[in-house]
Amino acid sequence: MILAIASGKGGTGKTTVAVNLARIYGAEIQIADCDVEAPNAHLFLPGARVRTETITTGVPQIDESRCDGCGECGAFCAYHAIVSFGTVPLVFPELCHSCGGCAMVCPRQAITEVARRIGVVETLRTDGITLIQGRLDIGVAMAPPLIRAVTARLRTDRPAILDAPPGTSCPVVTTLRGADFVVLVTEPTPFGLHDLELAVALVRELGLPFGVVINRADAGDDRVHAYCHAQDVPVLLAIPDDRRIAETYSRGGLIVDVLPEYRELFRSLLDKTLAAPLAGRQVRR
Amino acid sequence: MKIAFTTTGTTLDAPLDSRFGRAAKFIVYDLDANEFTVIDNEQNLSAAQGAGIQAAQTVARLGIQALVTGHCGPKAFRVLKAAGIKVYHTDASTVAEALAKYCAQELAEAAAADVQGHWA
Repeated sequence: MILAIASGKGGTGKTTVAVNLARIYGAEIQIADCDVEAPNAHLFLPGARVRTETITTGVPQIDESRCDGCGECGAFCAYHAIVSFGTVPLVFPELCHSCGGCAMVCPRQAITEVARRIGVVETLRTDGITLIQGRLDIGVAMAPPLIRAVTARLRTDRPAILDAPPGTSCPVVTTLRGADFVVLVTEPTPFGLHDLELAVALVRELGLPFGVVINRADAGDDRVHAYCHAQDVPVLLAIPDDRRIAETYSRGGLIVDVLPEYRELFRSLLDKTLAAPLAGRQVRR
Repeated sequence: MKIAFTTTGTTLDAPLDSRFGRAAKFIVYDLDANEFTVIDNEQNLSAAQGAGIQAAQTVARLGIQALVTGHCGPKAFRVLKAAGIKVYHTDASTVAEALAKYCAQELAEAAAADVQGHWA
């Protein structure tokens, strides 16, 4: 079972939900921090680092002695990562999506793929929780290959919680592909609802079963509730707007450890997601 | 000798577009024949990435020797340089004004890109 925690809007509480669910689970579980531009789950689950792996993607390298400047490579590349106009091609590795097409269309076998480092995947262990997190190198713009490297390291014989990046673009889509169920975390504000609507449209497009968690539930109004009711979207949990939760978070603490009265709340979410056959269909990677 | 100007219009009176990669059009002026042609760059306006690179390829294929525009980023500049095209930056308001400045040798050839890239 792979449970993804996502949201349209940033800062709604994805990581809070992910790490507290993992802690209350009570058996071996994995968390994948797929927010590779700003991974933060480790702040709440400080564990021993057991592994650091360097992740690379393939980018073209030109053998100038073979190239006759025909330009087939540049004509093929949809991302303008390789350019040729009767000269030896120019390569822009930061734009390359590593499809390998330029090397395939080159009639003179002048192009080979070389590795370009994009970041690292770190594995940490703490109290039955394995945290696998990606860290994109500074200056690298291409998150999806690193996210795939993170999720590829998940064991299939244990449940996993994916802490998704915010938004609805490629990094989120990459994270959600392969999830069995998606929890969308939102807040009861105009911004929260606006971005929730985008996120709902995304998970429906992906055909994934999903439900909503409303964080800081009594801080705003009932617009998110009304929307979910009208759209027939299940509200799985409402987390109260409790200052003690914010204080616990700000210290890097886990709510289920520091505020035991909230354990039942998170356990109920567990029962509705990871522990229950809520997932309408099983999507295997 | 042919020079390309970035523009939003189709005549010499049209505004000079300060952008290169996402300029709406290029006016290619032939200094020998004193005539010009208009090249469409619309396909690049909505490009997700690499608009400057594509625009540089487009003007390189037109056989120009110089480009006069408002600003030019690092990737486009690299392609233009590889193609042997000289780049001139100007704040002229119209293509005609930029052309006059070029002909009067009031424009200095750019040695590098004058704005940052949008990626990495």
